[in-house]
Amino acid sequence: MKHGKAANRKQELLGGIKDGVPIALGYLSVSFSIGIMAVSSGFSVFQGAFMSLTNVTSAGQFAGIRVIAAGGTLFELVLTQVIINLRYALMSLSLSQKLSEDITLWQRLVIAFANTDEIFAVAMSHAKSLTFPYMLGLECLPILGWTGGTILGGAAGQLLPAPVGSALSVALYGMFIAVVVPEAVKKRPVLIVAAAAALVSCAFRYLPFFSGISEGISIIISTAAAALLGALFFPVKEETKDGGNEGGTAS
Amino acid sequence: MIYLYILAMAGVTYLIRMIPLTVFQKKIKKRWIRSFLYYVPYACLTAMTVPAVFYATGNPLSAAFGVAAAVILACRGKSLVTVAAGACITVFLAEQLLMHILL
Repeated sequence: MKHGKAANRKQELLGGIKDGVPIALGYLSVSFSIGIMAVSSGFSVFQGAFMSLTNVTSAGQFAGIRVIAAGGTLFELVLTQVIINLRYALMSLSLSQKLSEDITLWQRLVIAFANTDEIFAVAMSHAKSLTFPYMLGLECLPILGWTGGTILGGAAGQLLPAPVGSALSVALYGMFIAVVVPEAVKKRPVLIVAAAAALVSCAFRYLPFFSGISEGISIIISTAAAALLGALFFPVKEETKDGGNEGGTAS
Repeated sequence: MIYLYILAMAGVTYLIRMIPLTVFQKKIKKRWIRSFLYYVPYACLTAMTVPAVFYATGNPLSAAFGVAAAVILACRGKSLVTVAAGACITVFLAEQLLMHILL
């Protein structure tokens, strides 16, 4: 019986690795532009890679690089991360309901590390309850892809001709657009919330009254104000797919 | 110093992912909090994109072409990577084109 269990574990691990391949490939290309951005913001390639390996989050790193490059305070940085990455709390909450019963506390601590948008989405669409070997397999390649892409982007970014670098710098924004636009087209409240966020963000950028406000604070206030508007005027229905899924954001 | 910042980011991000997975295992009941969390990704991604994307490339016009391409591709339900690649290629072509017009 013991042998059978080991074989089962191996099968689960391989299944997870297989499901992680497309995520890893997507991450490899997207983190390329994180690498370019990190290096052009004054990070070394190693620092950029270190950030990707320890954070594994696109929007959070993106905002973090900008706050650090702008000389923001540690408090501002932490606050930015809390606001931007708050959605992961919702996803972890949903994920915890789907984990198999024999998962231990330390296994949960490991799984939590790379609960990204895409990994969450794949895990939640998995037919069976989630075992530790499966989650381990699912997460390992995307982490490698994310970090590897950052190294490649950071190293190649310096060698690329300027027009190519300029073009690649919109990759992440393109991905953000790919997350927001389809939902905004389908759901009027999402469109209104996104429009409000854009409006507040532009106000911070262009109104002389706000000119002293840093980028991180601007992102936080724009996000919080727009999401609050949505929560007050368009509360989501009870028991939808339990958060996260609807939020399917990039990494 | 920069490593302190990176580790602080990593620590915060990890805690956000870890705490609900270990400590709280019940569902969030409060409707307005769930609604707020639901809208956060869209608000946040939009706030980071607008207006910053228009300053990311060589000039705002090429960026605008890139954004337009991304929006069209996204409306057609293309994948994240396809939309991102489409935006990059469009910006590249637009900048080449603008260069020829201006020179």
